[in-house]
Amino acid sequence: MASSRPRLRGLSAPPLFILLAGVGAAFFVLPLAGLLVRTPWGSAWQLLTSTEAITALRLSLLASLSATAIAIVFGVPLAWIFARLAFPGRNILRALTVLPMVLPPVVGGVALLAAFGRRGLLGGWLEQAVGIHLPFTTAGAILAETFVAMPFLVITVEAGLRGMDLRFEDAARTLGARRWTVLWRVTLPLVRPSLVAGAVLCWARALGEFGATITFAGNFPGRTQTMPLAVYLALETNPEAAIVLSLVLLAVSLVVLIGLHDRWLGAS
Amino acid sequence: MQPKPLGAFTATALLLAACGNASQPASPTGVGLSGSITVFAASSLTAAFTTIGTDFQKAHPGTMIHFAFAGSSTLVAQVQQGAIGDVFASADESNIQKLVNAGLTAGSPSIFARNKLQIVVQAGNPKHVTGLADLSRSGLVVVLCAPAVPCGRYAGQALQKANVIVTPASEEADVKSVVTKVVLGEADAGIVYVTDVKAAGAQVQGVDIPDPLNVIADYPIVVLKDSQNVALAKAFIGYIHANGPRTLARYGFLPP
Repeated sequence: MASSRPRLRGLSAPPLFILLAGVGAAFFVLPLAGLLVRTPWGSAWQLLTSTEAITALRLSLLASLSATAIAIVFGVPLAWIFARLAFPGRNILRALTVLPMVLPPVVGGVALLAAFGRRGLLGGWLEQAVGIHLPFTTAGAILAETFVAMPFLVITVEAGLRGMDLRFEDAARTLGARRWTVLWRVTLPLVRPSLVAGAVLCWARALGEFGATITFAGNFPGRTQTMPLAVYLALETNPEAAIVLSLVLLAVSLVVLIGLHDRWLGAS
Repeated sequence: MQPKPLGAFTATALLLAACGNASQPASPTGVGLSGSITVFAASSLTAAFTTIGTDFQKAHPGTMIHFAFAGSSTLVAQVQQGAIGDVFASADESNIQKLVNAGLTAGSPSIFARNKLQIVVQAGNPKHVTGLADLSRSGLVVVLCAPAVPCGRYAGQALQKANVIVTPASEEADVKSVVTKVVLGEADAGIVYVTDVKAAGAQVQGVDIPDPLNVIADYPIVVLKDSQNVALAKAFIGYIHANGPRTLARYGFLPP
């Protein structure tokens, strides 16, 4: 498959096109370069290993990985339903589930409060009957990140399922495999590249989540203050620390995205 | 409305300002003022400054006052990063001092209002909060401003004076977010400015903090060095000093 991909054809593109692409690329590279220039390299390590930074980093990893796990558990079945089942209102439901991708995250946070807050639709009951209190807790931060990040997994996996050759599933079924077996042994392995890509995108989005988290879960070090929140507050008191913390987020995301690209294309 | 001699005085004041005498107070009226300015102002000033801005524009047709409201420390960071504006009004002196130290201001800041702290609770005070000491009660969800924000630092000072240790559920990035958390019912109490309680209306109410424990916040205002319209910036600050106190008092601010 890989050999049939068009390679190195770019040079035949019109010069204007290449120029526009160059401007487009510079638009993304320059802000990064700006950050690098401003980074206080001398004190970077000290800033990075400060208690606040370590606490925020640890919480960010915990929250974003948990959010990704939750997104996989609920998002894969959702993607499957969108790809395979025809039912009335499917398009509306799909639009609703990917809405957080375009919704301002702060609005998402307010909506989460309206659902899971103390006076929310479900929140009052959760607190009274089950004793679960979500706002201002790490669980709340995870919920906020899941809300914003899960759509990335759903649409990626759905696209994978739609692009899949259904004959493999049919063959398995004619050979007597039960539905769970088909799902586990045929469908999921076949969409694995999409699943991996979706999970990684979801994780990267969760890692960078800010607005919904600060609105729904608040900001408290060690409990709900994830890296982006720590960066935001540090920007006001200690801009150098904020830049170093941002660089960590950038580096992690960049490594993931570069790795993802090879894996995604290489595995298809 | 303005008697003629005042106009002459204004001309003199403007002339002095044009001569680069930065310590000269801004002109009391603005004959010939035009153009627009951007005012960076602490979020606790949102309602009062919006009203004053409208009044000023009415008094001086052809002028336009734009506001950017945010936490004082956020605004300082923005100006330090090169945000262009004309006037800066902060909720504390230490933030504006950062700009003065960085050479980003023209002239020295002047105090135009004061504010003090109040405990904000839901309307009807369902948790029966009577003072700072109640905030350490277990089961009470308390939200404060982050220590980096003026309201957070003041709240810390007040709690220290009262010898009360509070573990907040959240340290919000600005004072309005603290009020919002109480309005939405997520938090039972927060420490904010008297003016924020007043601005939030009937959904919340304030519990007074006695003066010995309270912290008085001075609100300074200054012209920024990169101002493109110094005349209008000075006129606006002059207007705040002359006509502002009455409007500011309506929103709960104390006179300087």
